[in-house]
Amino acid sequence: MNATSMTVAGARLEWNPPDRGRVAMFSLIVAEAAIFTIFVVAYLFYVGKSLTGPTPKDVLSVPVLYTICLLSSSLTIHLAATSLRRGSILSFGLLWVATITLGAAFLYGTAIEWYRLIYNEGFTISTNLFGTTYYSLVGLHGFHVVVGLLSLSTVMVFTLLGSVRSEHAERIDVLSLYWHFVDVVWIVVFTVVYLIGR
Amino acid sequence: MSTDAVALPGTELASQPFVARLHDWVTTVDHKRLGILYITFAVLFLLIAGVEAMLIRIQLIRPHNDFVSPQVFNRLFTMHGTTMIFFVIMPVMFGFANYLIPLMIGARDMAFPRLNAFSFWMTAFGGLLLYFSLAGANGLYGAGNAPDVGWFAYAPLTSQTFSIGHSTDFWILALLVSGFGSIGTAVNIIATVLCMRCPGMTLAKMPLFAWLNLVMAGLVILAVSPLTAAQIMLLVDRYLGGHFFDTQAGGSAVIWMHFFWVFGHPEVYVLVIPAFAFASEIIPVFSRKPIFGYSVMVAATIAIGFISMSVWAHHMFTVGMSSAANNFFVISTMAIAVPTGIKIFNWLATMWGGKIEFKTPMLFCIAFLFQFLIAGLTGIMQGAAPFDWHLGNSYFVVAHFHYVIVGGILFTLFGAFYYWFPKMSGKMCSETLGKLHFWLFIIGFHLTFDFMHIPGLLGMPRRIYTYEPGRGWDTWNFIVTIGVFFQAAGILVFLGNLIWSYFRGKAAGSDPWDAWTLEWSTNSPPPAYNFASRPVVKSRRPLWDFKHPADPDWNYE
Repeated sequence: MNATSMTVAGARLEWNPPDRGRVAMFSLIVAEAAIFTIFVVAYLFYVGKSLTGPTPKDVLSVPVLYTICLLSSSLTIHLAATSLRRGSILSFGLLWVATITLGAAFLYGTAIEWYRLIYNEGFTISTNLFGTTYYSLVGLHGFHVVVGLLSLSTVMVFTLLGSVRSEHAERIDVLSLYWHFVDVVWIVVFTVVYLIGR
Repeated sequence: MSTDAVALPGTELASQPFVARLHDWVTTVDHKRLGILYITFAVLFLLIAGVEAMLIRIQLIRPHNDFVSPQVFNRLFTMHGTTMIFFVIMPVMFGFANYLIPLMIGARDMAFPRLNAFSFWMTAFGGLLLYFSLAGANGLYGAGNAPDVGWFAYAPLTSQTFSIGHSTDFWILALLVSGFGSIGTAVNIIATVLCMRCPGMTLAKMPLFAWLNLVMAGLVILAVSPLTAAQIMLLVDRYLGGHFFDTQAGGSAVIWMHFFWVFGHPEVYVLVIPAFAFASEIIPVFSRKPIFGYSVMVAATIAIGFISMSVWAHHMFTVGMSSAANNFFVISTMAIAVPTGIKIFNWLATMWGGKIEFKTPMLFCIAFLFQFLIAGLTGIMQGAAPFDWHLGNSYFVVAHFHYVIVGGILFTLFGAFYYWFPKMSGKMCSETLGKLHFWLFIIGFHLTFDFMHIPGLLGMPRRIYTYEPGRGWDTWNFIVTIGVFFQAAGILVFLGNLIWSYFRGKAAGSDPWDAWTLEWSTNSPPPAYNFASRPVVKSRRPLWDFKHPADPDWNYE
């Protein structure tokens, strides 16, 4: 039997299956959300259970500025994707750089917070349960920001080389889904670590 | 690989030097080749883990036996469990899904061929990493080589204090690495099923195999990710001095149990849903009837997927949870029996009134129906918390889950091998050897696992290295071990059959079983491009429509 004969002659079907990149990114986001859920559950379960100090109230201060940086980068990446779809590469590039800068500023914020905690407060991942859960959860999120920044920078390099065009808008959308996810996770981490846990 | 070479497989083998062929296999991104790599890898690990099971049973054949040392015994059951779950059944299921889904939905390949190759090699290297522990895990104190903490690795056994050296680290890393591979394959399966279907194949017209593997992939994403998270925490504890599972610093050993079983119970359904998928394809073809209750089958599978996320703590009744938690997990465990029961009735109703052909694949599926029913019933026994307080951690539990995994999953898997081997190799398997395999294996299976329930009821704990004579366990253990040799003989006949059939079997042709799904419409083995032109389907059984143009299925669906 020949596979050709499987085709029904003259059948013109309306056939628009969903975009595979988008479906895959949503699946990946669900998987990542499950990983973060476990870390968040562990954090909440261990709030107040450390046998020794310091407590979150002693050492943590709320990183308002850097949170604003990360959350506003969701807006800039959305505007960048919109510009690309309209075909204006220049404004796409500028907004893309702004997104990377805001993400990097957030990472800098985490870095100076950790530096202060480790060198001034002597507070490390092995100090107590709070240290273990805090560095793991915030570090896991920070790791995702790093991965996001590497991906964004790759796109930036291609933009500078002039090979990003408006027909790539769909792929940029898929990448921006990941970045939005990283931002949403920060809202959860921020709430858990700095509002509930403190 | 050129298309000409595929059309004439004999000439391809003769004309290419070994290194070139090896290079083709190692660098392939073709879903059929990766499927076969997955399956071959799993069969190799099946042999290794099977030998480990034999050694365990030889040690337990009589009281006060000293065939292996207690330390080696701990390593044996840890490696047996870990290997069978993560490096035999998951890869073999991924292998069949990889090979068959694109063919069944009329696609050229998986949605992400390179991700597919990446995922396979992650799984393969994970398995190698686990066994590299035999050479590399001696560590500072020379303590231990293979991991010996049991396949669910309860804290505090995994802490630096009790697990000196690096054996546990190899266990963690092997599962972490293969977990990334599993998640990658799951993402790929979801994207393939949802986005790569041929025109006309709506979700309600997909083969059940594709539907069930879609649910399986969703469960992998929701279940393997928590395991990944828990393994990261364990690494933090072991390498960075964290306290997640360190009771000395206020940490909790019980939360590891929760994290592990949040993965562990859906994992059972990750393994068994593909087995359901095999049964749902094989039983209709050999009953000469379409599947009974297609939409109910889909709904029941999705229901199983959902409920399976909320039953994990029935593994923990003996830990001492609150009675509210016990009640919740008893009820959810009872609830999951309902959709599973619906499936069994649907398979039976498919056979009812059909012209049943007792070919080897069908024999394995019929045995699966009976055995999976019994496995479900002993599951309900343990799902009742008060009874589980008696049975928990006994050989009854071991007998129950082997009834699921061997009696349910492995039997349909053998059926799948006999059913799709002609498609993959172009050669028919020997029916004589197939039936010999079936009878040897079913005798061995029942000798081993029927009789294993009884010492469990009599109080024999699992994972003990040896036992006292005169507790009423001796005879049962002897029978159980004898059964293992029948199973081993069955496996050898099975492998012999595959090898003999590959070289000497008669040509299969494209559609040896007179089946109805799209994979049987292309050559055996299929060419690299799968279909010369993209199929268009109008019903769930496109080949039936093609063979019976006067009475096509779409008139009735």
